[in-house]
Amino acid sequence: MKPEDIPDEEVDRRYRQLDEEAETGGYHLNPDTAFTRSLVRGLIVNERRYGYMGCPCRLNTGNKEKDLDIICPCDYRDPDLADFDACYCALYVTEPILTGQKELRPLPERRPPPEERAHLQRPAPARLSLPLPVLRCRVCGYLCARTEPPEICPICRATKERFERFIE
Amino acid sequence: MTVEHVDGDDRGDVLLYALSTCQWCRKTKELLIELGVAFDYIYVDLLEGSELETVFEEVKTYNPRVSFPTLVINGRSIAGFQEEAIREALGN
Repeated sequence: MKPEDIPDEEVDRRYRQLDEEAETGGYHLNPDTAFTRSLVRGLIVNERRYGYMGCPCRLNTGNKEKDLDIICPCDYRDPDLADFDACYCALYVTEPILTGQKELRPLPERRPPPEERAHLQRPAPARLSLPLPVLRCRVCGYLCARTEPPEICPICRATKERFERFIE
Repeated sequence: MTVEHVDGDDRGDVLLYALSTCQWCRKTKELLIELGVAFDYIYVDLLEGSELETVFEEVKTYNPRVSFPTLVINGRSIAGFQEEAIREALGN
């Protein structure tokens, strides 16, 4: 499966869908449409290859659990938007880039190296004896008090496996 | 090994580890073409099995984060599309 195997119409459809979803959640796609179309094409390729929408600028393994942090939108998008005005692959950008007040620059990789990732400990939830646990979306920080996460994060559309127990 | 070659001026060993889906990788490749440099490139995401493992370990020796693009110019590695650093390393 190569980028050129994906029909243009499919790329356009997905582009429009991602753009609508981004704007609804307060995010913006990169206004460089040629660049962004190519990234969307890459996302579709990865979805076909691996069964999930892995970052087009990172090497995916085909093991969903191992790649959970780089499924688009990745765990690193929001910190990168805050620090560099774009996510690592530059699919998502901030308002200043969208409006041309800032220039898009390539940014460094924030994802820890493979060895560190293997030993990464997730922080334990804080204990407050609340009537319901508070769950947190690792992608955008959305919090909700319920026993199970929503199917899809209402803010960033990350899937339920991206949620962690934040307070219990 | 799936190494592609692009003809151009000989500036020594220039090898680009890239992903076929990555736009910063594409920009790096286009810059090398624009500079008229002879280089090799490997689309690491198109490799499989032991070939992928070998190349993965190879990239790690140059760039422990194993991020893409990783460009190796005469033994010196540049991670990411760093246009100025690439031009400088190639003497442009």
